[in-house]
Order: sequence, then structure tokens, then C-alpha cells
Amino acid sequence: MSTPGSAKGASGTKNNEGGKGKMGGKKELKRTSKFTEVQEALGKDGAAIFVDKKGTQNLYIDYPYHVNYIHSYAQDSPFFLGLAEGRLRGTRCEGCKYTYATPRTYCQFCGEEAKWVDLPLVGKVHSWTTCHYGSEAFLKETPYNLVIVEFEGANSVLLSRLKGCTEQDIYVGMPLVAKFAAEPKYLITDVWFEPAPGAVKR
Amino acid sequence: MAQGSSKAGAKSRERDVFSGTPTPSSTKRSGRRVYMVAGGVTKFAKAHPDMDFRLMCKKAFDKARSEVPNLRMDDIDGTRISYFSDHFSRQLKAASMVQDFLGLNPRGSVRIEWGGATGGECFQAAWEAVASGRMDTCLAVGYETMSRVQTWKGNEFIALASDVNYDFPLGGFYTGYYALMVTRHIYEYVRKTKFANIKDEREAQRKATEYASRVMAMVSVKNHRNALNNPYAQYPKNLTLDAVLNSEMVSYPITREDICTMSDGAAATILCTEEKAKELTDNPILVKGVGCGTDTMRLADRPFGKVLLMPHEKASDYADLQYPGVHSFRAGRAASIEAYRHAGIENPNKELSFVELHDAYASSEIQTYEDMGLCRYGEGYSFVERGDPFLKGVDYGFPVPKAGTTPVNPSGGLIACGHPVGATGLMQAVIAYWQLQHTIGKNFGSEKLQIPNAKRGAIHSHAGTGSSVTVSILERVRP
Repeated sequence: MSTPGSAKGASGTKNNEGGKGKMGGKKELKRTSKFTEVQEALGKDGAAIFVDKKGTQNLYIDYPYHVNYIHSYAQDSPFFLGLAEGRLRGTRCEGCKYTYATPRTYCQFCGEEAKWVDLPLVGKVHSWTTCHYGSEAFLKETPYNLVIVEFEGANSVLLSRLKGCTEQDIYVGMPLVAKFAAEPKYLITDVWFEPAPGAVKR
Repeated sequence: MAQGSSKAGAKSRERDVFSGTPTPSSTKRSGRRVYMVAGGVTKFAKAHPDMDFRLMCKKAFDKARSEVPNLRMDDIDGTRISYFSDHFSRQLKAASMVQDFLGLNPRGSVRIEWGGATGGECFQAAWEAVASGRMDTCLAVGYETMSRVQTWKGNEFIALASDVNYDFPLGGFYTGYYALMVTRHIYEYVRKTKFANIKDEREAQRKATEYASRVMAMVSVKNHRNALNNPYAQYPKNLTLDAVLNSEMVSYPITREDICTMSDGAAATILCTEEKAKELTDNPILVKGVGCGTDTMRLADRPFGKVLLMPHEKASDYADLQYPGVHSFRAGRAASIEAYRHAGIENPNKELSFVELHDAYASSEIQTYEDMGLCRYGEGYSFVERGDPFLKGVDYGFPVPKAGTTPVNPSGGLIACGHPVGATGLMQAVIAYWQLQHTIGKNFGSEKLQIPNAKRGAIHSHAGTGSSVTVSILERVRP
């Protein structure tokens, strides 16, 4: 975690450079009535003033916040370890005869512990979309396809990425095959789906 | 099995996985009658540089107080305060700062958070405080300051309200999730019916989606044009169908104009007992019913079972439907059933004067008509085409033969009002309150959005991919 305004200030390249501040040579803050210009100025100077319709000055600062989480998969770990071995694992409640394609370690209907099972490595498109925008973390990957996959013998479905085809190719019911990352990152993206051979008309 | 092609799947459907699903029960409910006596909102805006979250809440609270001059600060027994994400305000325990800023210490207060339904839950939490006898008068106030981060970072925060093991890392993006849901909705209800005669699967689905996209655009035009007469709305626009259809594709088939935006804003409501209401106003609004429903956090975990039926529906209406799947919102259905039962409503389409529902996407407005029983499952698109949810007296640029039947989102909804999450459900309550008081003219400066003789309205607040939903029924008391 960082302190307010530290991203620019601490780098010594902007407002506090060379102790100019002490000598009264403070840089003038950007003053604007456009919110987008405030955002731009914060990226450069670490602070800016929005002047509203009444002429009042509203001070903005850049306020960074970074965290590295010590994230645990805990009871979901077998699924992610399975991906690294090229296995797609779901769970099954024998009492309810219900197979979860996205594993739930306890059955959502009876509450009993479910056992791990291997899912087939082929499935079908249950639903899909192509994202032309995304949240910040994924903007650089756009456009990408999301797919909900259904499997023979499973009662629930799995959300995944669909690669190797474009928006024009995809349809509900399209046959798919699972693919696995050669070098696992231990993320859900270690598995993805592609059209089964011959499924895309070219 | 999603499409019923496996023996295991068929067998498990015979075993009704819903047998353990409790039907929402409210018949046992007792408690005091609760009235809404005042409401206030700030304008929803991209940013309010001159107000932080505390001052926005203060402005909404003061607007509400101005409606009930007899209300003294001492009359307020406590508060329920809502905001969705600590990430946006970068301030934990922000609700304590609202309580503090409003000068309401040392009264009881609690922060409410329930994803997109945060505002709706806050309203019901205040209802509970009064109904239970814990308080005679309770303030519900909520806000969000989403302008504090860049839009795409804001989308990332919102997407963190999806499972971070299984969903978020795939490209966590709520528009993408809603696109997945509507694509299946279109497959179930348009491809399988209207375009059943087309053999080529790709072609049939493309045609079905083109049709559905046009209907979604009608919803977007409706909400944007309704908002032209709502001075509190963030994005009123004189849109055309072509403008919506030609706006940027965000997640196929959802376009830019089908989606609500990030907003700053606050809203406040004051709820109290009958006795207190008589002291404060001659035009109170009764909170006649409350309902809340939930569903799995992950879309992929939703069962393929049977529809939760309303009194005006029969099981045979949905013999072949696997429900909710990823295409419908079981939480919205459960919340509606509970609220209608509480309010004594048997046929919502006939008994509600209007509905303010959570249209984060034009697609989810159509899905929600069905969940709320305004039309049957599968009839959402024709409900729009007939014009039922449109207002009489507003020009939409296309014919709406049955306009005024069940007006939905006369305010402009989230799509045109904006969606400062913790305030949104409360904003719906305030606007419904003005509708039922018949004071839209006074509050909006125009009678255009006033539903004539509005008697009873529903507000609907929705979270996640439908993981929690509230529905509340408000009713006019004066003849």
C-alpha cells in the first residue's frame, strides 16, 4: 500500500524535484472544468484542481493502492492441480446423482461431500459471447470469446475461454475440445476450449 | 445435463432437485405496518467533484427531510446505510462516516452491502427495523462514488463480485456475463420458436439474435427517452433504434447503449410506523410487501430444473423448460413471489401501476419481465413489441400499441438514470414514492412521467449475475 500522492512525489521527478518546493518554486496545478482533464493531469502531476460551475476549487490527488494477495485455492486445489496434469475435474454427489462440471466440494442440494471425478475432454457450446471490451486487467486481450460448456454426463456447466475461432464461427451446440497450457499458471485459464475438428466452416 | 442428452442428466431431472427449494414464505409474517414518508436523491452524474460520499448522503437526506418539515432529528431512531464497494471510496467503515456527518450518533446503524442489490436490501433492512418494533423511524441512505477510478478499473472492481477462482480470471467483465445469459435466452425463446423452421444452426441463431437485438434496442430507446423528463437522470438521450444498434459492440450481442454506466450519487428514504406517519404527512406510502431471493454465485452452478410458479401460471405452461439454467433469474422470481404474496398480489401485470426494475442491461430488463411475472417465460420480447412497458404520451419513434399497460422504468431506469450502486435501489424507492404520491410533476418539473392514478408499484434491485434480488411493493394510501 502506498501513501497519498506518493507515486509521483516519491519518484522525485515532479513537484518535489531538487528541493524546488522549499524555494517557493512549486509547480502550478492544472486547473480545469473538464473531468477527463483532471484524470489526465493526475497521471502526470499527481494532483489537479477541478473548478466547478460556482468557481469553487475541488482538489484531486492521485492515490495508488497495490496489493499482492496470498491467495489460497484451499478445498478447490485438486481442480487447479488437475489442470496442470491435463485433467478436467468435476465433482459428483452420489446421493443426488448429480455431477458438477464446475466443482463444488459439497453438494448444493443435500450438503453432503462430493467426490472428485474426471470430466470428458470434449463438450458443446451451451452459450457464448465475444468481448470487445473488458475490465482493465483484460483490455489488452480483447477481443476474446467466453463460452459456457456442457458435457455429456454432467448436470452443470463450466465457464471458459473459447479460442481458435471468431465471432462469426460460434453457435450454441458447437462441438468443442479442451486444451491445456503447457506451462501451468495455476489459473482457470490453464484450460480453454477450441472447436472440435471440422466444427468451423471455412 | 444441459440439453438432456445423457442418461445421468435425465435421471437427475426426474429426481426434482427443487424438492428441497423452499418456496418463499411470507404468510407467517407479522409485524407492524411500515410507511415511507419522505425521499431524496442527488442528481446521478459521472462525477460530483464538489461532494464526497458524506456530503452526497447529506444532500439526499436533507432533500428527504424537506418533505417532512415536522420531522425532528430526535425522531430518527437509527439508520441503515448502504454502499457496494470499499474499493471505490478507498475508505473502510465509510458508513460510520456517513452516520457521523449526518449528525446521527449515537443511534444504532449498520452498513448494508449486497452487490448490485445493495440499495434494495438497505430499503428492506430499514423496513425490518420498523416492522420488528426496534425503531419507530428509520433512515435508509446509500451512495456510490464510482468516478474515483477509471472506467475499466471500475469494471474490474465490479467483476471481483464474481468467483475469483473460477470466473474472474477468464476475463472478468459483467457485460460478458450478461451477454452469455442473453445469448442462451435468445436460443431458448427465439431460436427455438420464431426461427424453428430454419435448419442451418448458425443462420437460425444469427437471425434470432438480430431480432432480439432490435427488441433490446427498443428497451434502450424507451429508458433513454423516458429519462428526458427526469432531471435526476445522468444520461437522458433522444436515441433512435438505429443509434442503439449501431453503437459500439461491447460483448456480442450487447452494445454500448444497452448498458448502464458508472455514476456518483446518493439517495435517502425515511420509513416509519403508522402512528409516526400520521404526524409527519398526509400522503404516506405503505410498504405493502417485501421479498428477497438468492441464487448461486457462479452462473455455471445454476440448476436445470422446474420453474417456481406464480398463482397465475401452471406447471404445464413450462413443461419443456429447464429452469433457471443460465437464461433466467431464479432469485428475481423468488423475490417476486415472496413480495407479491406479502402484498396480496395474484396477477402482477394487472395489479401493478408501474415497475421500476434493475435494467443494468437492456437484456436483463427483458429477462426480468418474465421473472417478475409481468409476462410468461418466453414472452419478454413480444411484451416489448406490443408496447406494454412503454409510457403513453412519450414519443419513442416507433409504434407502441399497448403503451401504458404496465409501464416499466418510467424514470429511465439504470440505463438512463445511472447506477451508483449503493444508491440505486433507494433511488427507485424515492421515484416510486413520488409516483404514488402523484408528485412527479412537483419533483421533476413536468407531469410527463407521472403514471395517471398510480396506486401500486414494484421496485426491483438485482445483484451479481442474479445471485441476490429484492422486490418491494409500495402502495398509495390516500384515495
